[in-house]
Amino acid sequence: MAAENILEALRTELGGKVVETHSFRGDDTAVVAPEAWLEAASLLKDKLGFDFLMDLAGADYLPREPRFEVVCHFYGSKTNARLRLKTRLPGGKPAVDSLAALWLSADWFEREAWDMYGIDFKGHPDLRRLLMYDSFEGHPLRKDYPLKGRQPRIDHAD
Amino acid sequence: MGLETLFGNSFLTTRLDEAINWGRKYSFFQYPFVTACCGMEFMSAWASTYDIARFGAEYPRFSPRQADVLFVVGTVNEKLAPVLKRVYDQMCEPKWVVSFGVCATSGGFYDNYATVQGIDKIIPVDIYIPGCPPRPEAVLDALVKLQEKVSKESVLDRKHGR
Repeated sequence: MAAENILEALRTELGGKVVETHSFRGDDTAVVAPEAWLEAASLLKDKLGFDFLMDLAGADYLPREPRFEVVCHFYGSKTNARLRLKTRLPGGKPAVDSLAALWLSADWFEREAWDMYGIDFKGHPDLRRLLMYDSFEGHPLRKDYPLKGRQPRIDHAD
Repeated sequence: MGLETLFGNSFLTTRLDEAINWGRKYSFFQYPFVTACCGMEFMSAWASTYDIARFGAEYPRFSPRQADVLFVVGTVNEKLAPVLKRVYDQMCEPKWVVSFGVCATSGGFYDNYATVQGIDKIIPVDIYIPGCPPRPEAVLDALVKLQEKVSKESVLDRKHGR
């Protein structure tokens, strides 16, 4: 399926839940509403042939509101198609449905996004920190995390 | 028959410090604490082209309890810091520490939430090797400097905790 048809199919199926689409030199992006996140992902997997979730990451656009974004990159191994899917989440308590039930690779990506940005993935089987230690407070890649904010686990000499 | 046949019935005198330090400095057992890309250059120093065996330090021990020199090779982050401290504490005296590359030495360009800004905030360091990564020649130079340092020690220093 050609690229413009994928975005068109998304718009047809999801209607107004597709916030915006964007296509630049074969690089296609769709932004969907958070409540349509799981629906859009299922559609991509089941009907549009995107069998590979290549990446999932958080992003912080402080001071914009909605402040956070979750960004996914999909690949269809049979169609050789790529698609970027995004959703925008509010700053207060960012939460969105987990994709871990659809793609196993989402499991650790979502744990990382939780660890770094504090984005809650509802329905995730085991949403613990992935990289930082358990005693770490806050989420270090948030733009309002202090630039020199360090949390040593043992005493440091100065 | 070995070298001893050349000396016949003669004998040799030396100072205890010199004899012990001579043995120590030419037979370092390293513990390679390798965390990052510096490890590749460390392997290069080890392998045949640069041949760290010429300095008697080619033998790695993967138990800190059997090692003399702790090579901290690469970035150490806050999550890992207690592990490094524990490895150091497990080593028996006499022991020395080499900080390999800028990340181990100062955190390098990782001035962020995750990275320890130099391992000397956690454990004492004898020799620092600059470079990102250091060339093997710099590693060998550091090893020779460590040998010089060891040769100036007294066995009493460590006994009295100096």
